[in-house]
Amino acid sequence: MYRYDAFDQQLIDERVAQFRDQFRRYQAGQLSEDEFRPLRLQNGLYIQRHAPMLRIAVPYGLLASHQLRKLADIARRYDHGYGHFSTRHNLQLNWPKLEDVPDILAELATVQMHAIQTSGNCVRNITTDPFAGIAPDEIIDPRPLAEILRQWSSFHPEFAYLPRKFKFAINGCQHDRAVVRVHDIGIELLRNAAGETGAKIWAGGGLGRTPIIGEVVSDWVPWEHIITYCEAILRLYNRYGRRDNSFKARIKILVKALGIAEFRRQVEAEFAQTKSSATTLDQSEYERVAKHFQAPAYETLPAENTAFETARATHPAFAEWVKRCVHPHRVSGYRAVTLSLKAHGGAPGNISAAQMESVADLADRYSFGEARVAHEQNLVLADVRLADLFELWRSAREAGLATPNIGLLTDIICCPGGDFCALANAKSIPIANAIQARFDNLDYLFDLGEIALNISGCMNSCGHHHVGHIGILGVDKDGSEWYQISLGGSQGNATRLGQVIGRAFAAHEVPDVIEKIIAVFVEQREGDERFIDVVQRLGLAPFKARVYGIPAKEEVTHA
Amino acid sequence: MLDFIKGTTLAANEWKTLRYPPSAAEEHKQAGKTVVHKVTGTQAADMETIAALKIPAGKLIVPLKVWIARQEELRPRLAAGELGVWCESFEVIEDLLATVDDINDFPVIAWDFVRFTDGRGYSTAALLRQRYGYRNELRAIGDVLRDQLFYLRRCGFDAYELRADRSTDAALTGFADFSEPYQASVHIDQPLWRRHIRG
Repeated sequence: MYRYDAFDQQLIDERVAQFRDQFRRYQAGQLSEDEFRPLRLQNGLYIQRHAPMLRIAVPYGLLASHQLRKLADIARRYDHGYGHFSTRHNLQLNWPKLEDVPDILAELATVQMHAIQTSGNCVRNITTDPFAGIAPDEIIDPRPLAEILRQWSSFHPEFAYLPRKFKFAINGCQHDRAVVRVHDIGIELLRNAAGETGAKIWAGGGLGRTPIIGEVVSDWVPWEHIITYCEAILRLYNRYGRRDNSFKARIKILVKALGIAEFRRQVEAEFAQTKSSATTLDQSEYERVAKHFQAPAYETLPAENTAFETARATHPAFAEWVKRCVHPHRVSGYRAVTLSLKAHGGAPGNISAAQMESVADLADRYSFGEARVAHEQNLVLADVRLADLFELWRSAREAGLATPNIGLLTDIICCPGGDFCALANAKSIPIANAIQARFDNLDYLFDLGEIALNISGCMNSCGHHHVGHIGILGVDKDGSEWYQISLGGSQGNATRLGQVIGRAFAAHEVPDVIEKIIAVFVEQREGDERFIDVVQRLGLAPFKARVYGIPAKEEVTHA
Repeated sequence: MLDFIKGTTLAANEWKTLRYPPSAAEEHKQAGKTVVHKVTGTQAADMETIAALKIPAGKLIVPLKVWIARQEELRPRLAAGELGVWCESFEVIEDLLATVDDINDFPVIAWDFVRFTDGRGYSTAALLRQRYGYRNELRAIGDVLRDQLFYLRRCGFDAYELRADRSTDAALTGFADFSEPYQASVHIDQPLWRRHIRG
């Protein structure tokens, strides 16, 4: 992974000093609340419901084992001994003391970490595929470009005060696992017929209050021009994005208002002027960064391993875990492993300090000392030998990291919700736990197959409920908490927004509603059909009928 | 009195800024709250206000709309080097460019930050310097604070009127927040990787 040089280190050290001084001036009354807010947000610091929240950046999801140990150390010394991984690869601490934050940032800087631009109206942490560099369907490794974009976007002087937050995602695979179509800018790396590298650029996607699937601004931007192309988009947005109403300030509103054709015309006109500037990438800079992401020293291994096959045949629990948590790898004899942070009854995405250390140990022992954060709020060890899987599983199970539910109904994406977040309308973690308790039978979960259930505690949609096969949104009605259910959302190449099935429910009703939805699925399912495919095939009517107790409308048959 | 920053040092401010009377600004409301950050392209003032505005003698920075509407009267002062123009955060600099053959006819152009969080001035400054060839003073006025000076300078501002309640002297350290930024910008026109050999 990327290692800082002296310049990177100096920048984050100077950032720590800058923030320490800003905090001192804030405490001395020389910076007002309103003046300090944007400054602290650009260092990931929120003032929350019970305590401040500090959001630590994990750039494009990569973590070295020594960084995990430092995070564990920080969680113990400055927090309540745990952290929460968000859907943007970041780690959130929920209980730091305000006055400790400058010291926490200084601690982070010792392991090349920071909280830069994890909030605020600026370019946020760039997200990508947790299987980058190892996925068999990968066309181009997105990590070098992600790092180049990290550097370009860190303290960019022109784009620090945008109309609203700005999120990038990059995908380099045939199958999009980075949800590029629901980002302010989505970059899909491609190779053309001539073997050249470039990108398809999407813009104006986003979840939140007004969920919109992004539109293609350009089908092909040569790799060296990707940054200047993004600058053209950002400049247009910075100048013309709406600032009069924060609910209409995201770039998606500008794209809709202009229409994609006019938006594209204006971007291209700007790009034509800046295309070949000092910012344009060149081969040597790309290679300088790319060499940090060279493949580790893989052994030459056979595709099969007898001990692994034996373990799988004799330990059904291991076999189930392999089925759910182990993923293909482009190198023979290796696999990627997802460590589930979705143990039933825990807060989805939460990880204790001891677990962080366990992951660090597992990474050192089995995966070249690196771990990754998946946007589904789990961790990934990307380079594990087939022969080591059984031992890894036993250790991960002891550490509570081997719940075999990846991709299943209880692998819930969930924001911290009303228990922690000041923005939330409703709690989300207890809803997740109630659903996990209702569906606690693993065999039944395996039978149900892939189901993505996503929960957001408010319409800011941090829990990505719009793209869940089942989405749950917490809403406030006259001061009490209600939950709106949607069906049919999906991420990936067929990104779709779910549709709300009808009136909202009280918290205690939600598990029953989910059970009814699942019951319809089980009755209607043909063979091994996936939940999402059944929803697509049948539409919402039969689900609505079961949930609300009204007969489904007769389908209109066409002769 | 040295209450102004030129370049990165304290200086005497030789220019006065002509503001619209407070009543001229049309109130926009959104959910009961006054809209501070107006939509780009909003009209700054009506023709009546512009026509009624008294224009004092001396070196003066006038509102963009006043310049556009009263050019004939103001041209001699521009020729004498006594006239600058300031833009509201929601105005577009291209409207000013359209009024002259050479943007460097203006000794001063100022950008008003209605709030320091309104970032339109940063892109405008970069355009003025990099695209439109403006070489004279580019001044930040309005809600100008210490913690934005570093970015303002990098985007091409070279003069700053700090908000009246803040110490201009104490703000000077703001220019030194970072030593070696990553990006190319107006102030440092090459990205870090072109300026230094990197590890």
